[in-house]
Amino acid sequence: MAHEVDQSFLALPLRALADAALARARALGAVHADFRLERVRGASWRLRDARPAGTSDTTDLGFAVRVVHGGAWGFASGVDLTMDAAAKVASQAVAMAKLSAKVIAAAGSDERVELADEPVHGERTWVSAYERDPFDVPDAEKAGLLAEWSSRLLAADGVAHVDASLMTVHENKFYADTAGTVTTQQRVRVHPQLTAVAVDGTTGEFDSMRTIAPPVGRGWEYLTGTGWDWDSELERIPGLLAEKMRAPSVEAGTYDLVVDPSNLWLTIHESIGHATELDRALGYEAAYAGTSFATFDQLGKLAYGSPVMNVTGDRTAEHGLATIGYDDEGVEAQSWDLVKDGTLVGYQTDRRIAKLTGLGRSNGCAYADSPEHVPVQRMANVSLKPDPGGLSTEDLIGGVERGIYVVGDRSWSIDMQRHNFQFTGQRFFRIENGRLAGQLRDVAYQATTTDFWGSMEKVGGPQTYVLGGAFNCGKAQPGQVAAVSHGCPSALFRGVNILNTTQEAGR
Amino acid sequence: MSRVSKPYEIVERALELSTADGCVVIADENSSANLRWAGNALTTNGVTRGRTLTVIATVDGAEGAASGVVSRSAVTADDLEPLVRAAEAAARGAGPAEDAQPLVSGVPASADFTDAPAETGSDVFADFAPALGDAFARARSGGRELYGFAHHQLTSTYVGTSTGLRLRHDQPNGTLELNAKSPDRTRSAWAGRATRDFKDVDPAALDAELAQRLGWAERRIELPAGRYETLLPPTAVADLLIYQYWSAGARDAAEGRTVFSRPGGGTRIGETLSELPLTLRSDPHAPGLESAPFVIAHASGDGSSVFDNGLPLAPTDWIKDGVLERLTTTRHSAGLTGLPVAPAMDNLVLDGGGERSLEEMVAATTGRALLLTCLWYIREVDPATLLLTGLTRDGVYLVEDGEVLGEVNNFRFNESPVGLLSRASEAGRTEKTLPREWGDYFTRAAMPALRIPDFHMSSVSRGV
Repeated sequence: MAHEVDQSFLALPLRALADAALARARALGAVHADFRLERVRGASWRLRDARPAGTSDTTDLGFAVRVVHGGAWGFASGVDLTMDAAAKVASQAVAMAKLSAKVIAAAGSDERVELADEPVHGERTWVSAYERDPFDVPDAEKAGLLAEWSSRLLAADGVAHVDASLMTVHENKFYADTAGTVTTQQRVRVHPQLTAVAVDGTTGEFDSMRTIAPPVGRGWEYLTGTGWDWDSELERIPGLLAEKMRAPSVEAGTYDLVVDPSNLWLTIHESIGHATELDRALGYEAAYAGTSFATFDQLGKLAYGSPVMNVTGDRTAEHGLATIGYDDEGVEAQSWDLVKDGTLVGYQTDRRIAKLTGLGRSNGCAYADSPEHVPVQRMANVSLKPDPGGLSTEDLIGGVERGIYVVGDRSWSIDMQRHNFQFTGQRFFRIENGRLAGQLRDVAYQATTTDFWGSMEKVGGPQTYVLGGAFNCGKAQPGQVAAVSHGCPSALFRGVNILNTTQEAGR
Repeated sequence: MSRVSKPYEIVERALELSTADGCVVIADENSSANLRWAGNALTTNGVTRGRTLTVIATVDGAEGAASGVVSRSAVTADDLEPLVRAAEAAARGAGPAEDAQPLVSGVPASADFTDAPAETGSDVFADFAPALGDAFARARSGGRELYGFAHHQLTSTYVGTSTGLRLRHDQPNGTLELNAKSPDRTRSAWAGRATRDFKDVDPAALDAELAQRLGWAERRIELPAGRYETLLPPTAVADLLIYQYWSAGARDAAEGRTVFSRPGGGTRIGETLSELPLTLRSDPHAPGLESAPFVIAHASGDGSSVFDNGLPLAPTDWIKDGVLERLTTTRHSAGLTGLPVAPAMDNLVLDGGGERSLEEMVAATTGRALLLTCLWYIREVDPATLLLTGLTRDGVYLVEDGEVLGEVNNFRFNESPVGLLSRASEAGRTEKTLPREWGDYFTRAAMPALRIPDFHMSSVSRGV
């Protein structure tokens, strides 16, 4: 069902403010100016043991003007929705550009901001694919469903506590630039999550099992049967948790792994998604988020992984969290290759770094998380392609003599150049002679990015493919948060280092 | 659209509009200024100014009070009534809140409640910015590239309640991070400072410190994973103990689901965590680390309750002479656990009784030890032991018999702060420090360096 952009957003003086801001920027000599007005509403619910434990409902409304003037960027934001204020903010942006130009000159640099060409798109409207806006659902219905789900889990044997949460976001974005692109967009996303906790009253041992349903660019229908089978997942969790509590501790060593998409998405995010951000590779994030081992000079050469590794960047996947019609620089959403047959062949770009590096057109990865923040190069949906005729997860497991099947994400950490990572999961199953042989506890896998992807022997077929993702990807200073999806099939990795986390803790 | 100019008037007007059984209104007036740089040149900068209004409505019911919370930026007088009604509707739709308590009353009003908000702007960098420019020039001539970020924020928070509270807190929050790299980016060093006003930070001194460290890094020593005697500098100790502090909720412990749970039931309060005379505390009036002296809760969560807004905060020892003394509670979780009310605060101080600076601890080292610069990408691996993983970053130095020999490769560590407290063999002098990993969320800390006889470096990281 196609939705229209909210009337309450269209009723804001979008064009008048944009015209006032862009006219002022032009009059002051800007060679490029863009105006962006956003209204972002986010609400959350939390329950503990089926009782309401906290809610929030926050709306952020404001606008920003960004200019290229005298070879430098200038940025300013404001909240008063008047033409005077919009023009004033445009003047502030030009003043910031002048200040930046002075500092750049004083530093002896001849670097000038130039933007990669982008076709002028005229007036465009884009609305994400969802059925029911979660903000149209009565609060009591949302809290009621979470309480009912929590009660189901709590009623099961061995479940001591249940945490439940729901995050919902409704985002409106209006953009206009001096080239003539004018976009009005609307996106909706939801993230429901439940965790069951077991506690052994005698030994004091405890553990948890969380739902693996990913956050998605869908509406309320995601909680009522579209895109995920909640009844089935909730039914399985108490049994899985009980089995985990009884499971033996893993013997540390080298194992073959079959990694489920519910876990692999996060490894892709950390070791490919961030590593192929061109601003990082060029050093702009060096003091904070870090740089990348996949430096620009290795484009087209770096052996990122095995020949079965094919990774795309896209802002077009239906229900993807980074999916949109146009980015915050008026660039149309695209899909492109990052890794082809195991070799690094692309980056995520914005208009400035695309021009700077001679890569041609930007692939549309500039965006900000709020009207008061400057757009930076942020992540696209970065996804591992399945093998069109590939195996099922069961058949991948069938090809392993001694290994571990990894399901669900949990702990994650990677270094500042994206080499060394360590991940845990929700559940780990021992594989013996091609069959699952019960759960294991205390498992973490640790590897170097290129070794890990180099050890990928098989990717599963399209029937194993799941679009995972997160709401909370952090980058830049001041910090910005982004929601991004990662699709992948199950995949088979040979000879990965497995740690025992209780031994790591020195117990 | 009409503008109401003063935040206290907005708070009063929203309270007047309330038809719920209880109402809390929080007005946050924010201003900020920032400078960011890379490769000895400014990259981005900005100034912001904004207001967020949060309305919390409480509705009594047969099964207990419900709460509804609605926040909105850029609020004008015309927006107030819909905002208050939205909070009331949210409360009515929410069902009884498990953390319901009577709203706080009887706290004397802040004298400056009706005053205009405090504001920061680019002027805060008036002395700092030229000094930074000089540091760029010196770095360029010295063969170093400087990267970093300077950020200053000022938030004036006004809290008004239907029970008569009229409170205000002004929170300045400044951070400076300076990172120096060799032009080939194979060597990297870092220094950070937390500051209230940028008057006490000296880019030249920091750049000199980084130049020394890049000099140490000219001699490279490769070491394998393993357990090493390690000197954790104050910033690293802060990052580890802040995570422990966030994991120190009394309710979770009493429910048997944290490292502070006692097997068989109850909590580990009263247990000795360290043989050193360590005291871990928070104090809203700690000099140079001043934080809100009353609870400000924009939403209820595991460690906070909107019903506690305005509750006065007292200095609290979390660990005293090595013994676990308190876990964090709201009034609700204090009731559930039978433990004292001890809400989390916005600063953290560790005192170990030691007199030595980090430099003196280096000089006093016999045999070999690793000297770390800071930690990065810290994440929880196992809540049962509070095992954390993360990386060393921007300089691991090998110390031998009191001298720095050179720079070692980075490592991934797997360690628990609770385990480290039990194994620490020396605590140095407590100093104000910027927690690098958590600096976006938590900046007010004073920590000693710790000497750990056997810090667990789980693997080598090639990252620089």
